[in-house]
Amino acid sequence: MLVNPRRITLRVNGLNHMVTVEPRESLLDVLRKQLGLTGAKKGCDMGSCGACTVMVDGKSRLSCLTLAVSVEGMDIVTVEGLSRGELDPLQEAFVRNDALQCGFCTPGQVMSAKFLLDIIPKPSVEEVKYYMSGNICRCGAYPKIIRAVLDAAGEVKRNG
Amino acid sequence: MVKVVKTRVEFEGRFRDEYTVVEGEPLEGWSPKSGLKIVGRPHPRVDGAAKVTGSAKYTHDVYLPGMVYGKFLRSPYAHAKITHIDASEAEGLPGVLGVYTYKNAATLGFGGAEKVFKQEVTYQGDVVALVLAQDESVAEDALELIRVEYEPLRPLVDPEEIMGLDSSKDRIVGPKLYERGDLEKGFAEADVIVEESFKTQAALHNCMETHGSVAHWEGDNLVVHTSTQSVFNVRSALSEELGIPQSKIRVVSEFMGGGFGSKFGAGEYTVVAAAAARLLGRPVRIVLDRVEENLATGNRSQTVQWVKIGAKRDGRITAIHLKGLVNVGEDGWVADLGGPAKMMYHCPNVKVELYGVKTNLVSSTAFRAPGYVEGDFALESAVDELARRLNMDPLELRLLNYATRDPVTNSEYSSKALREAYLKGAELIGWRSEPRVVRDGAKIRAKGVAGAIWWGGGGPPAYAEVKVNADGGVTVLTATQDIGTGTRTALAQIAAEELGLPFSSVRVVLGDTITELRSPGSGGSQTLASMGPAVRAAAHDAKNQLLEIASQVYDVAKERLTIREGSIFRSDGSVLCSVGELLGNLGDFSVTGRGAREPNQEGYMVNTFAAQFAEVEVDTETGTLRVLRLVSVHDSGMVVNPLTFTSQVEGGVIMGMGYALWEGRLVDGESGVVINPNLNDYLVARCSDVGEITPTYVEPEDPHTNSLGVKGIGEPPIIGVAPAIANALREAIGVRLRELPFTPERVYSAIKGINPRPTTAKYL
Repeated sequence: MLVNPRRITLRVNGLNHMVTVEPRESLLDVLRKQLGLTGAKKGCDMGSCGACTVMVDGKSRLSCLTLAVSVEGMDIVTVEGLSRGELDPLQEAFVRNDALQCGFCTPGQVMSAKFLLDIIPKPSVEEVKYYMSGNICRCGAYPKIIRAVLDAAGEVKRNG
Repeated sequence: MVKVVKTRVEFEGRFRDEYTVVEGEPLEGWSPKSGLKIVGRPHPRVDGAAKVTGSAKYTHDVYLPGMVYGKFLRSPYAHAKITHIDASEAEGLPGVLGVYTYKNAATLGFGGAEKVFKQEVTYQGDVVALVLAQDESVAEDALELIRVEYEPLRPLVDPEEIMGLDSSKDRIVGPKLYERGDLEKGFAEADVIVEESFKTQAALHNCMETHGSVAHWEGDNLVVHTSTQSVFNVRSALSEELGIPQSKIRVVSEFMGGGFGSKFGAGEYTVVAAAAARLLGRPVRIVLDRVEENLATGNRSQTVQWVKIGAKRDGRITAIHLKGLVNVGEDGWVADLGGPAKMMYHCPNVKVELYGVKTNLVSSTAFRAPGYVEGDFALESAVDELARRLNMDPLELRLLNYATRDPVTNSEYSSKALREAYLKGAELIGWRSEPRVVRDGAKIRAKGVAGAIWWGGGGPPAYAEVKVNADGGVTVLTATQDIGTGTRTALAQIAAEELGLPFSSVRVVLGDTITELRSPGSGGSQTLASMGPAVRAAAHDAKNQLLEIASQVYDVAKERLTIREGSIFRSDGSVLCSVGELLGNLGDFSVTGRGAREPNQEGYMVNTFAAQFAEVEVDTETGTLRVLRLVSVHDSGMVVNPLTFTSQVEGGVIMGMGYALWEGRLVDGESGVVINPNLNDYLVARCSDVGEITPTYVEPEDPHTNSLGVKGIGEPPIIGVAPAIANALREAIGVRLRELPFTPERVYSAIKGINPRPTTAKYL
């Protein structure tokens, strides 16, 4: 039933997974349907909303616009990979500051914020707004998302 | 003792009688002065960790073994007749398990199938066919193989055009009339009369989680996961459509990705998924994509409004007349634009006439304070013009005409602190202490104000159970929903407060009909005011049982015992035992308290209020408008959780700002086709658009609304945002903009006194 199936290895959250995919399948669909990693969400499936954001080789990527076959062998991190047992300080900051409402866009927000803090550990408010503008939150949690990211930037520093 | 009580219940301004079953004595009301320890304090969400780690399971995240994917083929035309349809090639594609059109819809096996699949499609996005396939991509491939020939018919999408057509009288619904006093006399008494007309656009909800359901059968029991604001509404619709008893249907919506009014019903996708699952004997998933979401799930109505207000020279309003056209799409409902005109001001003579107009667009549906957002924009813009004509401060004019009793029923309010909200907001924005307008090169900054009124008192029927377990853990059982508003957290606070047990020990179950604890839909800003008192009553019952048990086990008079921080104390302050010990020694007995929302008190009008102040900056060279500051001061009774309360306010304000500045469904006036049904072209607020928002509240004591003294906060924050911005913009550029949204082109054209370039695209 699959059209031109390919058997590939995807390295996700530090583990190698064998999957059989069609070349046209998005990374998002493979993560969600085959690996059961449903943290990344399908908000639009056309690169407008950012709910599907993951990290690929240390850079934030829209997994709905990324073909799974194109990231074979690369290091993929999803929101599930951020916390092992306990929350990442960034995730803690999101909870503490109430930087979420319905929570559907939150995994994408968290991953975009993670990328921002990786490249700019102490961002300004304007930098936070700029880097977080690819992620839509229809509930409008933006003021508290900005606060959470700035809070986490302090937190990250405190933790050395 | 069980008592049956009849009581009057309101939902978004519509009243009905309900019977409710109550047990136990009424509880003493809570207020901000009750010295509460958990309620009234900021608490991060109890489900925060689940949401930031991605472990919270939404309907979209439900993938069941052997699940079949359903996809709809939808009409590309706003109005057309299907002259030929051939699904044979699609049916032959390997992996396709069924294709349904109007020809074989009846075989799906539910009553309304023929209304879903039609030969004449009446809006773009109307259902033409359904494919069921083993995989999503196969379903999508199959959609492309269905051959459809259409005979396009003339679509009618513009209400103003339809009102002028003799041939389209059957498309007009109404008028819906309201009248008090003598309008003519009121205008005759007026020294000053303003007459204004306004247009507001259709807005699309764009919940981040699109509408969708996953249905499967366990024997003859149906289980449906669906993204909904009302699990019970979905269940009753499924029962009716499928012809099976409600007790055989379980509807689950533990986490849901936003509703804003659009997710109150089952929706055809749910009913079709359930019917198809029964037919195939396999789970069926139907989840709409973003374009379908924007074409086929409804919208805030487009309106055209005429407002006339008369006033004495001293500012007293003598008459208000509102006439409105509401674009209801195919078969929507006429939202009450007249709410603010009827309710906001002390004015003896008021008339509201509303006409619904049916068009070849999807049926309109509820969207966060439906009608009041549109109506408040018109009314509060017109009141601002009246202030200018009277040479009065717009805030003073509002305070002068302040209603101290509900003008519609002449009832007392359960509480009203809008005056305090206005004064607090004025202070925070510097209404009197700073200049109202500041010019800085090509940029102008200015301030504006608007008031808002809404509902949100809640009421029965709403039931809860509170279980206290032998390990000291508490389970709050309900079947309400948390649609992002923080319901789980607020209910946990209420249970912990009433029980005297730690907040961290409370777990809240919701979004599942299996508890059979009836709750209202999560809308109308009524969830907390309905469910909160039910949970408190259940916790109170559980506490009583715990004290009774302790009294008998330890032979101490019950009146001498209290529960604090997880332990039972004697009246001399010494610890008798922990709750865990008490129940553990009874063979792990678990106490179950039951509670019902008490009946509403008679004779009071329960309303929520807001005073909203905007400071905007206009770039006169580009027409770009930015909202620098927005101060939103609310009277929503007592605040249970200031942290999530401010989140609600910020979110409502941001959505209101999007409505004022960018959002709007653009429809080609000739073809009736929607031009921007996606999140690239339909512009919602993003992080970089947000200025400074000051969400705050005044907290009146309200002993008349419910045992918590709370009112809703979901909808009030969006209502006055557009008029506050409109009034600030008027102050800045000296020209009144009367059509939403205030795009740069419209603002620039208004400044230059030119007409925007004509196109066939309209905000409809």
